[in-house]
Amino acid sequence: MSEGLPIAVAMSGGVDSSTVAAMLHAAGTPIVGLTMQLWNQRRLAEAPGMGESRTGRCCSLDDVQDARRVAERLRIPYYVVNYEERFERDVVRNFVDQYLAGRTPIPCSLCNTAVKFDQLLTTARQIGAEKVATGHYARVRFNPDSKQYELWRGVDESKDQTFFLWGLTQEQLSRAVFPLGEMCKPAVRARAAALGLAVADKPDSNEICFVPGNDYAAFLEAYAAEQGTALPDTTGDLVTRDGRTVGVHEGIHRFTVGQRKGLGLATQSGAGSTALYVINIDAATRRVTVGEEAALHARELAASGCHWISGKPAAGPFRVEARIRNRHVPAPAWAEPLPGQRLRVCFDEPQRAITPGQSVVLYQGEQVLGGAWIDMRA
Amino acid sequence: MVRAYFDNNANTPVLPEILEAMLPALQGAAGNASSIHQRGQAAKAAIEQARAAVADLIGAMPTELVFTSGGTESNNLAIRGVVEEWIRCQTGSASLPHLITSRIEHHAVLNVFEDLERAGHPVTYLAVGSDGRVDRADVAAALRPDTALISVMMANNETGVVQPVAEIGAIARAAKVTFHVDAVQAVGRVAVRVKEIGCDLLSLSGHKIHASMGIGALYVGRRTRLRPQLLGGHHERDRRAGTENVPGIMSLGAAAHLAQASGEPEARRLAGLRNRLEAGILASVPHSGVVGAGQPRVANTSNMYFDGIEGEALVIALDLHGFCVSTGAACSSGAVEPSHVLLAMGMTRRRARSCLRFSLGRQNTVDEVEGFLEILPGLVERLRRLSPVEASTLVQSA
Repeated sequence: MSEGLPIAVAMSGGVDSSTVAAMLHAAGTPIVGLTMQLWNQRRLAEAPGMGESRTGRCCSLDDVQDARRVAERLRIPYYVVNYEERFERDVVRNFVDQYLAGRTPIPCSLCNTAVKFDQLLTTARQIGAEKVATGHYARVRFNPDSKQYELWRGVDESKDQTFFLWGLTQEQLSRAVFPLGEMCKPAVRARAAALGLAVADKPDSNEICFVPGNDYAAFLEAYAAEQGTALPDTTGDLVTRDGRTVGVHEGIHRFTVGQRKGLGLATQSGAGSTALYVINIDAATRRVTVGEEAALHARELAASGCHWISGKPAAGPFRVEARIRNRHVPAPAWAEPLPGQRLRVCFDEPQRAITPGQSVVLYQGEQVLGGAWIDMRA
Repeated sequence: MVRAYFDNNANTPVLPEILEAMLPALQGAAGNASSIHQRGQAAKAAIEQARAAVADLIGAMPTELVFTSGGTESNNLAIRGVVEEWIRCQTGSASLPHLITSRIEHHAVLNVFEDLERAGHPVTYLAVGSDGRVDRADVAAALRPDTALISVMMANNETGVVQPVAEIGAIARAAKVTFHVDAVQAVGRVAVRVKEIGCDLLSLSGHKIHASMGIGALYVGRRTRLRPQLLGGHHERDRRAGTENVPGIMSLGAAAHLAQASGEPEARRLAGLRNRLEAGILASVPHSGVVGAGQPRVANTSNMYFDGIEGEALVIALDLHGFCVSTGAACSSGAVEPSHVLLAMGMTRRRARSCLRFSLGRQNTVDEVEGFLEILPGLVERLRRLSPVEASTLVQSA
């Protein structure tokens, strides 16, 4: 090993993390490459709808092979570490439970806080590295006045990943390195090409890594079958906002707020009819409420599990820009911290499809203040 | 930079004198052994010399040795070959025969049985105790009138624990059931005599005894019939088609000679190194222990647990310091899965994940072991310090 403590680079085999490894290496930083084995794609491969041809991207042998090739090219030590048990316990089970509770989960946020910046960071430190570098588009800054680490949006607005990083603690941020936070994606690809990386043109992955083809309903069913338990019966009625039953559905886990397709309602077609959307999912009654586009908009949300990057809750209510989906443009709002790590957010303008299970992330300009899990719109 | 390679159960380096023995074949001195000309005849002669050496090492007749591509192929040929031949000879019987193996076999055996089980064969997987040994009484109890094959390994690849194969062989002979022994980790490390074991088939591999990768052999007793798995020419007395791997076979012959000539003193030397390694670790690393301690073990293998750590992280930390060791079995991506062998011994998943395997070979020296003992305790201490949950568990149990 070279002099000085190395930085562990979380290498997925994609262009972003590969470029991080190559950039750090080119700058003379000693690095160790680590790829997380999170999910065994073969586990559910034989289940209906989960065939080999549709296996997801996560931890596929091809991706590991890509990461390994980059490491070989850079001549850096490289290892695959197995976190399958932790990933299943903290990410996959939560994903399943959330859908069955009528919510729309974001496994990536949990993976970041519970796996990537927890177990991977632990392993990194155990093998002698002090920090973990990733390909996230985000910036970490140490503020000498407050003596605190701050999380800032990546300069590439279209790639900013702070929506998935709001759960990081001061300790985690102090050990996180995001070399791409100051870069735009085209520049990253150009840099990858200039550094001779074969993955420079590799397409971005946007789906949930362990769910083939983003068919999460098929995943839930295959996973339940593998666990030897049938999925609980979540079938029920499709109702209008005024309580009229207009149809039946095959399970609340097949729906997400704002969804338009797959409702199986005849009223959607034909002249003069208006499109219907999922407005609300009630796990207790297994009712899926549908309504017109306008009914999707709301000004307020209630959230829980609130986390503040600074470590302490700000006194509220105070002005923020709040983001409720990854590609949602943060909207001006009042944020009001409540006891028990609860949070109320009141937008200046109604927002479309506030979705339970998703995060609400609070910004002031470029800086991330914190976030919480959305429970309901109010 | 590699300071010491302690992973000889995964692969042994080809020793210089063995490389010397195989070089002529690589450099063109040997032709295709099926050819009529002199080059072909030279290859044929070299193969038969090597066959005699390997046969001699395990107390078999040369004609009872079939060269294969390695341990995995030997195991597949033995198990599938016997089962398919059995079915072919029982044309009247509609049901598939019963098979017996153990839970601690290598995947090159286990996965074949699991495949046969999926095809409809009833299979008994013998359990082991915390000692890591199959109980011969369990073998006797598992026998059925339609049992066609028993397959039990001689030395376990992860723990080094030697199985009571001679006792099982006696049971198999009395019941007239074909008996296969996977001796990949035993040959060259302990005395292996097929007549004393009483087995009908025995697998061995070259790259575990300092020969090259890609060469192995299967002992097939004179009276044992098996259906070939590779069809083609009339090589290996119609038991394994395919042009012989002459360089590999020559390296295996040379390795067999070496094992025959100095296997016993080398085993004593390795036992000394292994005992020094284990004593040194036990004295300097609290909450550590030897798996299979007190059981008969091959001299080169040690498997130890280090409570409160992830074995995977310790292997990486050691590798970054130049020491090659292993943990559990690697899956296709190269990541580590908890060992099915250790779990079968009743170990908790947590402890199984903390285990490291050290396996020594002829090239290892006492200086390497001492150098290792200087590094290991500090690394284990760092791992434990940085595993908050695990460490607190340790304090409670201490």
